[in-house]
Amino acid sequence: MSTRVYAALAGQPNSGKSTIFNMLTGARQFVANYPGVTVEKKVGYFSQDSAKVELVDLPGTYSLTSYSMEERVARDFVLNDDPTVVLNVVDASNLRRNLYLTMQLLEMDIPVVLDLNMIDVAKKKGYEIDKEVLEEELGVKTVTSDGKRGVGREELRHILAHAGDGQIGLPSFRMDYGPLEPAIGRLQNLLELEPELKSRCPTRWLAIKLLEDDERAVSLAKEHALQWSELENSLVGERQAFEADFTIRPAQHIAFRRHETAERVAKAALKAKYPGRRSLTDRIDGVLCHRVAGPIIMCAVFYSLFELAVSQGGRLAAMVTPYLSQAQFFLEGFLPAPGYMHEPLITSLASWFMTSVSALLVYIPQFFILFALIAILEDVGYLPRMAFMLDRIFKRFGLHGNSTLPFILGGIYVGGCAVPGVMACRAVPDERARLATILTVPLMNCLAKTAFYIMLVGAFFPNNQAGAMFFISTITLIMALPIARVLSLTVLKTHETAPFIMEMPTYHLPTVRAVLTRAFERIWVYIKKVLTIVAAVAVVIWALLQFPGVDQAKTDHFQQQAQAALAKFEKAIAKTPLAKRINSEDDLMALFAFRADYRAAKAAAAGDRAASKAVNTRFKAMDPVFFEAVKNRRSKSYKAFNKLRKTRARIWRERQGERINNSILGKMGMVLEPISQFAGFDWRVNVAMISSFAARESATATFKVLYGIGNDGKYAGPAMGDSAGGKPITPLNATALMLFMALFPPCLATIIIVRVATQSYRWMLFAFAYPSILGMLAACLVYTGGGALGLSGWEAMWTYYGLALAFAVFMGWLPLKRYSSNPKGA
Amino acid sequence: MSRKITLEDLSPGTSGKVLALNATGDLGQRLLDLGFYPGVEFRVIRNAPLNDPFELEMMGYLISLRHKEAGFVEVQPL
Ligand SMILES: Nc1nc2c(ncn2[C@@H]2O[C@H](COP(=O)(O)OP(=O)(O)O)[C@@H](O)[C@H]2O)c(=O)[nH]1
Ligand SMILES: [Mg+2]
Repeated sequence: MSTRVYAALAGQPNSGKSTIFNMLTGARQFVANYPGVTVEKKVGYFSQDSAKVELVDLPGTYSLTSYSMEERVARDFVLNDDPTVVLNVVDASNLRRNLYLTMQLLEMDIPVVLDLNMIDVAKKKGYEIDKEVLEEELGVKTVTSDGKRGVGREELRHILAHAGDGQIGLPSFRMDYGPLEPAIGRLQNLLELEPELKSRCPTRWLAIKLLEDDERAVSLAKEHALQWSELENSLVGERQAFEADFTIRPAQHIAFRRHETAERVAKAALKAKYPGRRSLTDRIDGVLCHRVAGPIIMCAVFYSLFELAVSQGGRLAAMVTPYLSQAQFFLEGFLPAPGYMHEPLITSLASWFMTSVSALLVYIPQFFILFALIAILEDVGYLPRMAFMLDRIFKRFGLHGNSTLPFILGGIYVGGCAVPGVMACRAVPDERARLATILTVPLMNCLAKTAFYIMLVGAFFPNNQAGAMFFISTITLIMALPIARVLSLTVLKTHETAPFIMEMPTYHLPTVRAVLTRAFERIWVYIKKVLTIVAAVAVVIWALLQFPGVDQAKTDHFQQQAQAALAKFEKAIAKTPLAKRINSEDDLMALFAFRADYRAAKAAAAGDRAASKAVNTRFKAMDPVFFEAVKNRRSKSYKAFNKLRKTRARIWRERQGERINNSILGKMGMVLEPISQFAGFDWRVNVAMISSFAARESATATFKVLYGIGNDGKYAGPAMGDSAGGKPITPLNATALMLFMALFPPCLATIIIVRVATQSYRWMLFAFAYPSILGMLAACLVYTGGGALGLSGWEAMWTYYGLALAFAVFMGWLPLKRYSSNPKGA
Repeated sequence: MSRKITLEDLSPGTSGKVLALNATGDLGQRLLDLGFYPGVEFRVIRNAPLNDPFELEMMGYLISLRHKEAGFVEVQPL
């Protein structure tokens, strides 16, 4: 018979909880969120001595008040989820501060086991801790561990497995609050008369919390007390009386007592004293946070992050790409093959689907490297240092020092990706700043946007390429910062902020285990959330682009053209051996297939002369007649087939264009035209923009065609595919379009990650809507405003830059709200 | 009455002792939870490259906070 144990890990941040969690559960763990909030919930399992233990890693907190989401989550879990036992992980090298949390856990009437973790670090620092004294003083079972090296694993597993056997009783420790005790006693007596409250939490704990004026405790009491007004009266009376007698508020008195007790217990248990010499971490900080060296090192760290993840990872992605397309090619082989003019619906859908998914799969190697590198920075303890160095700038815009990493990942200059950027926002402790960061990181320059800019800059600013690239790369940050400030002053006004008081954790060497675990966790979130949803949405977008389809007249028109081309082809090859071979549409398609196979084989040989020759010989042997038609440029059959191929491709492209124009999405583009014309966008630009939402990468190719940019990257003047209906595209158009793209709603993957990070559809929609509107306004300003003033694209660009910079400086200069001495009362 | 000395007034390299906390609410609680209480000794280590925030050491660990927020901690330089 197996027993079930439900255990929770509680402790202060950086005490090694996650390390202990990994040590105990191994690979059997998963990450979710606590319902309704963005706090991560890690759950793992292990079996020991016929017990099945479910272990929950609670968020790390210094205390258990109701001021932060993490603390509320940890506290509610202990109160409401009824764990069999709570394992309090304590940093043994920081005993006194860690015991402050322990004191609070012991008040909650749950079985607690104390784990003195980092015992190796404590020993190195010269501490010797007397376990017996701690057990005696606190009345809880105490063990030691070194999570990094797996020391203490068996003992901990054994204790947790037997936690349900009744050996671990409730802690006998009782904090003595001195002069506040009589008041606590009186309140407790009142609470004893409240059956509903009594069933929800320990009365002594609640009495203390009520005296502390803890927001959530008060509202709990208010909601469930039978005699709330009576209770409230005596509560207020007790608080005032205490403050009058002792000139200190009960809340402060309570915290002070906890500190004093923690200090007393720590002193009693520590056999050696704190040595008082300069710690290694402090000395490292002397370099890493140095006035001059600090920022330089930080830039070097960012640079290597990109060099490794983007450049090297990009190379890895390039290696993966052929396999992905081969896989796709292979899978497409099972679908009904397209005919000369007929395109089976299922084939078109499946191809679209696979293309959409593989566009995201390609990023996995890069993301994995990126996530692993971030995990290293996290594990080492460098991230808080980055926040330390840049907080002053970010703070002025309603952001937080910890917004640094998300912005860097998003592509603060060029070539990032908003997905890992938004995922990294969890490190921002202040809710308002976190939301502001999540909402503005997608404005940074991701890889796909960068490619788009390069194309437009090359075509429309050929003489000022560097300047135009500088403009678009820096304008995004110049716009994002004041936008963040505006958001935090408006829509985010009511969200919680937190003071910037942060521990600068001890530096640790990273462990491979922790780094890989974290990188896999993040990748898994990406795969599970983004890929699945993108796959679903890809189907919807396909349908929106597909239906209702091309009307009959047009269909006939295309059919006629196709037949004419075919007749020409047959006439041209009449006297060649190929004529005898092409008797039906199937034969013709076999020729097309032969060519595709040949091209694929040649691509696989990729420049290797001998292999390339072998391919030629092989295909020639396979079918000499077909080979002539695909290979011999001078032959009649080659010329005829080449022409047919090109015509067919053109007809297919035009038919596809026609289908998109007719589609639901196309109609949307037209609906938007009355507004977008002021930005210089006609409805076709709108459609291209809307459909690029599924995968931003496609925008570059689409616009090349739409704007008539040749393969040499130059603008060739008003072309057939030209969007302005014959009007030439001007640099002013390009400037407006680039600005719109810069602000344009984040891609689908980002939108989904925003939903994951905020746990809210409302913020997801907002993250979509506000950049669309702003982008449209900016583009209209440049196109219509710049046009009215007769500015060239180049002039409009820098005029806009000046305006945006002035706005940014103004927003940064706006005074910050000063902390009142009583923020809650204000 | 002369103005009381706060943590904001101490420059890097100086040590001090906490006398009182004048902040309540969120800020006050955070300060308390990270270990600021009367009698505790600390040492201001360094300012960030842009001067704010700054780093200090107490009870063997390091904390960073903004000058403004430090203004609520009344101290006695040692
Ligand atoms: N030397 C040593 N390092 C540890 C120990 N436990 C954890 N660490 C390191 O301490 C850092 C913080 O650990 P982590 O588990 O992330 O702490 P958490 O914030 O409580 O989850 C990591 O760099 C760990 O490798 C230990 O027992 N000994
Ligand atoms: Mg952790």
